[in-house]
Amino acid sequence: MNTQLCKRIIPCLDVRDGRLTKGIKFENNIDIGDPVETAKKYYEEGADEIVFYDITASHEKRGIMLEVVENVAKNIFIPFCVGGGINSVEEMRAVLLAGAEKVSINSAAVKNPKLIEQGAMAFGSQAIVVGMDVKQVEKSEKIPSGYEIVIQGGRTYCGIDAILWAKECEKRGAGELCVNSIDADGTKNGYEINLTKTICEAVQIPVIASGGAGKPEDLLEAVTKGKASAALIASIVHYGTYTINDLKSFLKKNNITVRD
Amino acid sequence: MIAILDYKAGNQTSVLRALNYLGIEACITDDNTSIMQVDGIIFPGVGAAKQAMDRLSSQKQDELLKSIVAEKKPLLGICLGCQILLDYSEENNTKTLGIISGICKKFNPDWTDGVNENTVPEKIRIPHMGWNSIQVKQESPLLKNIQSGDNVYYVHSFYPEPQDPNLTLATTTYGKEFTAIYGRNGLWAVQFHPEKSGKTGLQLLKNFNEYCEQLKK
Repeated sequence: MNTQLCKRIIPCLDVRDGRLTKGIKFENNIDIGDPVETAKKYYEEGADEIVFYDITASHEKRGIMLEVVENVAKNIFIPFCVGGGINSVEEMRAVLLAGAEKVSINSAAVKNPKLIEQGAMAFGSQAIVVGMDVKQVEKSEKIPSGYEIVIQGGRTYCGIDAILWAKECEKRGAGELCVNSIDADGTKNGYEINLTKTICEAVQIPVIASGGAGKPEDLLEAVTKGKASAALIASIVHYGTYTINDLKSFLKKNNITVRD
Repeated sequence: MIAILDYKAGNQTSVLRALNYLGIEACITDDNTSIMQVDGIIFPGVGAAKQAMDRLSSQKQDELLKSIVAEKKPLLGICLGCQILLDYSEENNTKTLGIISGICKKFNPDWTDGVNENTVPEKIRIPHMGWNSIQVKQESPLLKNIQSGDNVYYVHSFYPEPQDPNLTLATTTYGKEFTAIYGRNGLWAVQFHPEKSGKTGLQLLKNFNEYCEQLKK
């Protein structure tokens, strides 16, 4: 009997003004723009967790996301995480009270690293995920690993080494890291395995690999060579290329422990 | 009616939502008098043992929990609730409720996980976070329709160790085999989060409610 901790598969949904941004292709009678219906579908299909990224631009409309979170929490009984635009402990509290288990902070943590500590103190480390966007650069004194933290979708280089940043996030109380390679993101050519592995070896907390998943083999690589605890996926399931079940069956066939 | 003991534990509303979804009548309450009228009590918990104990004793909820057990009212401890029903927690060396003999221990970061033939054993990451399988050791009404190999969702750095090994109903292995579910006769505790463990978790909550309903009859 296999007793290992399961590797997690986590679909990520981008939400703007309470609607999914990408037309997600499903059959049956599912409203393809509704984040709650889509979350329910992934829950039924065996997603281990779900991440929502709120990319709502206008401040006034941000309350809509809290309604989405509440409705998701009433319908799915697996952990889920909300990220995007969370800048303060109060905003974290609102999302967690609405029913999310975890909040993910990204550029807000880079700008104000104390937010990680404050969040962990207030809600426990398990509730605080730090998302890191990373780009490969030339190795330098400042960026010894050759991996630099970027924000604004990669437009702004922060002058921070990704490995050192990962360690700092852990020290400050992050419960988990979501490591997104901007270079791999959207390519469907696989995760940035060297980056994933390097971060996983630098910290003790779980690491989610993100960016680049295009086929089941990519997920396998992320959790074996990359040593990740979980793999974030988006378009490979959103467009119906694979179901979560397909991905899990593939991993299982390759002796990876997954939740049935 | 199931009451969720309100001591401001992080997951109490998640537990309520799961019960509501199952159509189980439930409330969150800190009213020490009315809680004795319900059919069963859930003692949730997320966070640190010390803070939880301080809060419980300041509200006299420690005494309340003891009288709930003395009156043989069904009680289900979840996560931190499962841990602090025992005598003592290694988390900040905290004396806990002592309703069931046993202690709560910290995972050792030198332990390894990886009995899988294809993967190299790796040092465990702490907290133990994610889905892991249970091994059922004994039959119990709490485990109706739940089998060995079913996966449940964990987030914890400490694990319960009841003194009487016969109380262990199911185990999970993470670095070592530890007690995932313990108890008997309506006094039960689970280390994982049934409210976040998909269908298996919902089944367990349903089983608890059914036990409470039957006892009432």
